[in-house]
Amino acid sequence: MLLSDPFDALVQFQQSLDAFRASGWLNAGPSAGGSYPPLNVFRKGDDIIILTEVPGVRKDDLEIQVKGNTIRIAGRKAVQYGEGVSLHRRERTSGTFDRALTVPVEIDAERVRAECRDGILALYLTRAEHDKPKSIAIS
Amino acid sequence: MAQSRALEIQEKKELVSKEEKTVPGRYFVPAADIFETEDSLVVVMEIPGVEKKDVEINLENDTLRVEARIDYGKYDGLDPLYAEYNVGHFTRSFALSSKLDQDKIGAELTDGVLTLTLKKAKEALPRRIAIN
Repeated sequence: MLLSDPFDALVQFQQSLDAFRASGWLNAGPSAGGSYPPLNVFRKGDDIIILTEVPGVRKDDLEIQVKGNTIRIAGRKAVQYGEGVSLHRRERTSGTFDRALTVPVEIDAERVRAECRDGILALYLTRAEHDKPKSIAIS
Repeated sequence: MAQSRALEIQEKKELVSKEEKTVPGRYFVPAADIFETEDSLVVVMEIPGVEKKDVEINLENDTLRVEARIDYGKYDGLDPLYAEYNVGHFTRSFALSSKLDQDKIGAELTDGVLTLTLKKAKEALPRRIAIN
């Protein structure tokens, strides 16, 4: 096993985040940067994967909508303690969220896949076939 | 809670530890709730992305130590385009009172939330004294 941190790349990447935000990869949409839930966006081949941390949010309390190349993630997070308990420490937050983001590529709305496991919501966006770059053979 | 507040991002807190880590990767301190019921103390922690098999719970010298590792392998072949949160392992320690029955610790992991239930020792339970 390597001793280096494979996520150094991500850390460095985050340092240049501001540049990325200014690049307009995520357009300043209705509630783009900085709102809950925090998003990480990855590319895998032609496809885009959006990962977000939503610990304590039940699958049933999540709503994902896709229209064009805009994705809406809405839902609510409940924190319950039960009756008659005395609270010593309270760090977890609860409430509702509604966030929309627009990706700068055309996606195939029919093939968007969402998975929620262990508090991570993963959205798999497939790039629309007609939006993919074409290789031009040089004759 | 009846009111529906808009959720805000909680910046992940990086671990500041007395001992230095020698394993790769950054560690974060999970957000935790601690509350007490009649017969037990409950510690609830948020460890998104951690699978059951990667949670280690140790109890030594009245210190409860939780270490939860994420699987970096899941990010293989993914090129970051945009990031708002960092990814790393979680760890947090709690000093336990001796009034807890340290043999009876229940652990449950649901939707990235780890719930530890520590039963109170019998002698710590409130007793009602009847007056003759």
